[in-house]
Amino acid sequence: MSITEYFKLLFTDYTLGVISLGTAVLGAICGMLGSFAVLRKQSLLGDAISHASLPGIALAFLFTGTKDTNFLLIGALISGLVGTFWIKSIVRRTRLKTDTALGLILSLFFGLGMLLLTFIQKMPNANQAGLDKYLFGQAATLVASDVWVMTAITGVSLLVLLLFWKELKLLLFDADYTKTLGFNTRFLDILITSFIVLAIVLGLQTVGVVLMSAMLLAPAAAARQWTNSLSTMVVLAAIFGAFSGVFGTAISASQNNLSTGPVIVLVAVVVVLISFIFSPKRGLLFREIRFYRNRKELNLKKTLTFMYRIAQNHKDISHPHAIKILNNFHGFTRKSLNRLQEEQLIEIQGNQWALTPKGYEEAARINDKIGKKDE
Amino acid sequence: MNKKNYAIQVDDLTVAYDYKPVLWDIDLKIPEGVLMAIVGPNGAGKSTLIKAILGIIKPIAGSVKVFGKPYKKQVDKVAYVPQKGSVDWDFPTTALDVVMMGTYGSLGWIKRPGQKEKKAALEALEKVGMLSFQDRQISQLSGGQQQRIFLARALVQNAAIYLMDEPFQGVDATTEKAIINILKELKSDGKTLIVVHHDLQTVPEYFDWVTFLNVKGIASGPVKDIFNDDNLTKTYGINYKVAVNQ
Repeated sequence: MSITEYFKLLFTDYTLGVISLGTAVLGAICGMLGSFAVLRKQSLLGDAISHASLPGIALAFLFTGTKDTNFLLIGALISGLVGTFWIKSIVRRTRLKTDTALGLILSLFFGLGMLLLTFIQKMPNANQAGLDKYLFGQAATLVASDVWVMTAITGVSLLVLLLFWKELKLLLFDADYTKTLGFNTRFLDILITSFIVLAIVLGLQTVGVVLMSAMLLAPAAAARQWTNSLSTMVVLAAIFGAFSGVFGTAISASQNNLSTGPVIVLVAVVVVLISFIFSPKRGLLFREIRFYRNRKELNLKKTLTFMYRIAQNHKDISHPHAIKILNNFHGFTRKSLNRLQEEQLIEIQGNQWALTPKGYEEAARINDKIGKKDE
Repeated sequence: MNKKNYAIQVDDLTVAYDYKPVLWDIDLKIPEGVLMAIVGPNGAGKSTLIKAILGIIKPIAGSVKVFGKPYKKQVDKVAYVPQKGSVDWDFPTTALDVVMMGTYGSLGWIKRPGQKEKKAALEALEKVGMLSFQDRQISQLSGGQQQRIFLARALVQNAAIYLMDEPFQGVDATTEKAIINILKELKSDGKTLIVVHHDLQTVPEYFDWVTFLNVKGIASGPVKDIFNDDNLTKTYGINYKVAVNQ
């Protein structure tokens, strides 16, 4: 199946439609909430949360004996929350830094989870196979009810974000200040963190424990490149996330043996790369171009002010001078002289140049401005 | 003096981050309407004192009263200007937006800022001479401009007490003048200002009240009475001499 075929099938094939909708919604909620994680400098928290949810899945299976996704994900949610707030309390109560606490809890929970998985696999119960799909995810197992749950939760989290937008923004920018204004920062922290945990748990079935954090970070990191407004960033991140979901599903569906989760993550990372290079304000490419242009512009201005100083010593500002005398000044090239002439700032005749009145005025303006800031 | 006349009263305040106390048994009475400097060496607990007053840091012991009541009941009367290095200035927002944050407290939960709040923010921006920068992305502001934005955010709160953590740090002479003029104006409006300050030379010129702090409270009172070599030596540990022109 080719990609164009996929997009045709998207609206006719029920299963494919469900899976695509699921990955799109998942990408959107992750992008939305991921923006908050990234701006709070808690990018790695997502990684710890997803790994911490693994033992929850295994325990839920051991206790209930079913493979029902909803039960397993509730287990994942509980153990993800326990891991998250454990990390936070370690940071608050001990002298360990966040990265250390994250690493500790991540490996502890993931280790425990793997142990339980191997234990389950040795059990004489044919029912157990398939739990390991939560490691790397399996989008094909998404059914309509899963997608409904995802959509409902995305709606709720959108509502919560809108409701507490002002408070959350304040918390992200300046937590201490938020506290002094009388807001309960503890509540806000728990609120946003819980929704991040929820988003991660939602993605476990599709993308899996190992790669889930990328879904949270990549769209947000990409969106940050394109905008300087928080609201636009959140919306863009949601769009990037949804795009990665759908496009990743398309690629994996059109190439038979590619598993969906990793492809979605790779698409998201490509979006990040493109954003890092091509975004107009923060991108690497345009920064280099801007650098280069500014340098050229600056050289031109330098040449002009140098000429200005020479012209100042003469009564007639348009008195011609030999180009030669510019030789002991390093800012000029033949090209820059030509450009100055094009802008009618100087006139070149043979091997002599002269400032035009316009050029003299411009040079005087530049000369006055140097040393003054825009404050 | 009647107890009610104190803007802030600190009793037996002790704060420790770890085993070592950062503040030890501080007693402090700050009268209403003073422009007060908190001075002391690095690690003396100046910022910590401000944060403890504001309830950002929980003390081990002691109490803080703002106009005779706990801080939590007086949040609308106090404005805080943190050190400008305490936030990430690459945050995606504009100067005006940051100043608007000063109105969030009086708005309370959920309610969004409207025209009234925007007007107040613009007025504050004008006061600090930053009106033309209202749409500027905050990462594009110089250090002095960032400091002014923080000051404007506190001005919007229209509080009775202002607590400022090193507002003159890393700003040029022009900005320092502009800031001190605003502080003096606030004082003449009857506000109480508490400022963590580093430049001992300017204490007599800028402030009328001073607190010497070095983990313990050394002295607190009018600059003209207690800003002397004796207290400076007690606070900074070395034989300190500054020319105090009075």
